[in-house]
Amino acid sequence: MAPTGAGKTLAGFLPSLVALSESRAKPSERKLHTLYISPLKALAVDIARNLEAPVEGIGLSLRIETRTGDTPAHKRTRQIERPPDILLTTPEQLALLIAHREAADFFSQLRCVVLDELHALVTSKRGDLLSLALARLHRLSPGLAAIGLSATVREPDALRQYLVPQNALSESDPDTGDGAGPFSQGEKARMRGVAPPDTARPSPQPSPPGRGSASSPMADLVVVRGGAAPNLHLLDIGKTLPLAGHTAWHSMPAIYDLIRAHRTVLVFVNTRLQAEYTFQELWRLNDDVLPIALHHGSLDATQRRRVEAAMAAGSLRAIVCTATLDLGIDWGDVDLVINVGAPKGASRIMQRIGRANHRMDEPSKAYLVPGNRFEILECRAALDAVEEAAQDTPDARLGAPDVLAQHVLGMACADAFDPVALYDEVISAAPYATLSWEDFEAVVDYVATGGYALRAYERFAKILRGPDGLWRVRDARVAQAYRMNVGTIVEAAKVKVRLARSLRGKPGTVLPKTGRVLGEIEEDFADTLTPGDTFLFAGEVLRFEGLAEDEAMATRAGPGTDPAIPSYAGSKFPLSTYLAARVRAIIADPFEWDRLPRQVADYLLLQRSRSLLPGERDLLVETFPRAGRHYLTAFPFEGRLAHQTLGMLLTRRLERARLRPLGFAANDYGIAIFMTRDLSERIALEPRFLEDLFAQDMLGDDLEAWLDESSMMKRTFRQCAVIAGLIERRHPGLKKTGRQVTISTDLIYDVLRKHQPDHLLMRAARQDAATGLLDVRRLGMMLERIQGRITHKALDRVSPLSVSVMLEIGRERVYGEGADEILAEAEAQLLEEALG
Amino acid sequence: MTAPFPTDEDTILALGLRLEKTQKSPGLTLAGEVLTLDLCGGLWAPAHRTLIVSDLHLEKGSAYAARTGQFLPPYDTRETLACLHEAVARFDPACIVALGDSFHDARGPERMEPGDRAMVAALQQGRDWVWIAGNHDAAVSEGVGGRYADVLRLGGLTLRHEPTPGAAPGEVAGHLHPCGKVAMRGRAVRRRCFVTDGTRLVMPAFGAYAGGLNVRDAAFEPLFSKDFTAHLLGDGRVFSIGRGMLSKD
Repeated sequence: MAPTGAGKTLAGFLPSLVALSESRAKPSERKLHTLYISPLKALAVDIARNLEAPVEGIGLSLRIETRTGDTPAHKRTRQIERPPDILLTTPEQLALLIAHREAADFFSQLRCVVLDELHALVTSKRGDLLSLALARLHRLSPGLAAIGLSATVREPDALRQYLVPQNALSESDPDTGDGAGPFSQGEKARMRGVAPPDTARPSPQPSPPGRGSASSPMADLVVVRGGAAPNLHLLDIGKTLPLAGHTAWHSMPAIYDLIRAHRTVLVFVNTRLQAEYTFQELWRLNDDVLPIALHHGSLDATQRRRVEAAMAAGSLRAIVCTATLDLGIDWGDVDLVINVGAPKGASRIMQRIGRANHRMDEPSKAYLVPGNRFEILECRAALDAVEEAAQDTPDARLGAPDVLAQHVLGMACADAFDPVALYDEVISAAPYATLSWEDFEAVVDYVATGGYALRAYERFAKILRGPDGLWRVRDARVAQAYRMNVGTIVEAAKVKVRLARSLRGKPGTVLPKTGRVLGEIEEDFADTLTPGDTFLFAGEVLRFEGLAEDEAMATRAGPGTDPAIPSYAGSKFPLSTYLAARVRAIIADPFEWDRLPRQVADYLLLQRSRSLLPGERDLLVETFPRAGRHYLTAFPFEGRLAHQTLGMLLTRRLERARLRPLGFAANDYGIAIFMTRDLSERIALEPRFLEDLFAQDMLGDDLEAWLDESSMMKRTFRQCAVIAGLIERRHPGLKKTGRQVTISTDLIYDVLRKHQPDHLLMRAARQDAATGLLDVRRLGMMLERIQGRITHKALDRVSPLSVSVMLEIGRERVYGEGADEILAEAEAQLLEEALG
Repeated sequence: MTAPFPTDEDTILALGLRLEKTQKSPGLTLAGEVLTLDLCGGLWAPAHRTLIVSDLHLEKGSAYAARTGQFLPPYDTRETLACLHEAVARFDPACIVALGDSFHDARGPERMEPGDRAMVAALQQGRDWVWIAGNHDAAVSEGVGGRYADVLRLGGLTLRHEPTPGAAPGEVAGHLHPCGKVAMRGRAVRRRCFVTDGTRLVMPAFGAYAGGLNVRDAAFEPLFSKDFTAHLLGDGRVFSIGRGMLSKD
């Protein structure tokens, strides 16, 4: 019986341990045998420690080492010269290793690569980067076995394809010999004619198989069936819940009682703000002074490590945490998981529940705590999904071009490359299996000279093609710049929050640099603070006192102060498509209502009598007047991100129709738009008006026009530009040089959009927008679903269903562009001074 | 378009959609000269039919490529010239003054694309053009037309690149790339701006890739000891905002 959490990981290493124990080579002659990749640095370190005990136990003399950003330079050099048997590292460090001049030799004897938490890696650009590195490893070491360790996912085949080379083809590198790979059964038969490298413009015509097709090579699948079914409940506190809000304040005493009744409790929440709030409320109730801690991504790293260590030592009774603990080190004695707020996805909730009680034969125990009546519906849908073990993990990704650009430069740093051979290698990575030769060429062109139609930078090229047809990196400076830029995680610029002491004699003045650092906030958030503003952070209400040398100075606000600034960005997951469909199905079927708490069933009945309830696939649209304005509400249930995009587009159309929209609000379930003209009347006069309003062509010109000026699009573009190396990464710890000398990516975006809108990075940003902050793809699926299925109800007052989304007005900031409105308001104050 | 979240219906109705349709540019009298602060960032002196633009920073993109290996889109020069062309078409000036740092570096003119060079020539056609020397382009190379000056007098105005503390009234300068920031109700807006105290004026940078320095930065203190007003370039018009409403970075 393996200790908790070590089971799956240790299993991944077993083949390597067996092989290494049988190896007759002297330790000094051995090269790297096994590589382990984890999404978290801390996890790699932890696993190394866990491995050493069993290895010593069976009397093996093996060198097991880690390589992370913290590994000192001399050790890194030594690892290259004398590789360990087993190396544990992260995707970013692997990218650096394969771009090393010695990479070919270093990996030549690699037999096994273990990818941990693969389900979490493959959904992001880190997964794209890792897939390209894996493709390189398969080439450097034919016959390499790739093992992926994953939680249960909806489409295991996508992960199986990820692990093995796709589009298998003839070896263009004569050194690797023939038939050396383990994947020679059948795949090798698909030979392709490859132009010799010395022809002027090789243009091999790839015939990639459709992704996901049965013919794509796949790794073997080993499924460990779950043991006992989870013991999962909806926390019913016997009170009527509000129609909006996510804090679940009414359930805090019940949560506190659960903590008292258990050994160790993980309290998961969805956003950092919610974590701060829950933590504060629990301490307000904490008469027994139970050790309850807080853990989220904005807290100071040392503080987080302290919390983790205390948890591992079993000295905490509860941790309030965000997604930062979805992955990571397994802690022994968690006997209860509480999820506060909406579950958002079936797979997500199952993974969170799995954090409790890792023994297979005992059920995990968990409570779902809804924050409002809609979240009760969502919790019900999630409970059903867990019972059926239904999964809703996202689809396989299409590889991002910006990540490929980074990789291509890295490969030039490793060695001169032949474009045809590199193309074949790249399309063997599952996310890039359908990449066309032309798109690949565009990436190489981008890496060389920026990929501009105006060939202005030819003489500064970063990579150059020699007479032998091979591309080489220009000089050591370019290689150095690559190493500084590696990775796909683009952190928002952050400022430290430091506790300052206020001067008693002079109110409003603080002594900077006196207190400790509490953590970091996004610069975008800090920008919106003015001295005197209060906000929740690190478990207390702070008063912002001003910025001093790039640090936000704050003091403790007096007891009983309510934070004035509502929110700072934390992660917000949209409701999964799968859960959304289940919620719609529950609402549409009155027989289902018996399974809901009475308050929700009553609420739905009330809605049916006042207005109507939409069918499972329908879209309900209500229009009604209120307090001198006219409202449109709609309930697509497609998640906040898609709704925000929908809101922006509908507002544009309503403006064109001269209905004078003023603003909108969105939540996970619906949107509300308010305007000055009477929409109900317009629909009565023009029966097709609503159908046209929601027509699919919304995703055409309107979307394009809005994307061009959207601040979210600019943020997306910035990330692509950093990953692809167009602009340099801001490294933490480096002093800001002043904004006068740094070029804002917004300016770059504006210029590029006007002069070369089809540039590689514009395409990359658009690809991200489809699934990322704007969730355009999901909006498109919704618009298709509701064609001819819009149910409109003109009302003379707000309906029970609409109240829920109306309550978001004023609570959430609207993503509008209205910069001019802010400026006008500031201007008005000047005018007032002048006149007053 | 949508407004930021309104708490007050009247505010929204007053500021909402109608806002974008008003396009007044604030006027200003400096040392007896009547001036118009244009939304493009240029200064129009109607009595002299002169358009003044500052800190064009032409060829900044190519300067980065040459110096740092960063390949910014090489379209900044044509974008800047296109904006200038649009303003010239509106005002039809007899004279254009480029108030220094017109090129990002002294070798900028050499790197200019032939098309962009032709565009400069077209703008100069039939009118006087003065390059004021800046710190980035103190030694201007030949071949870009126009005449050169360190300082230019225009009626009561003194036009020079770097603002000088304690200058006589009527100084118009650039160099600092002023930007104003307004933070309100959890939102922040940062825009290029003109800054004036009624005695002197500092102009916003005109170049497509020119950054900005917050007017609350210490660099502005020797110039504006007392109160000042920042005229921020909004999306639809210029907004006049007092020092008290402007935030630091």
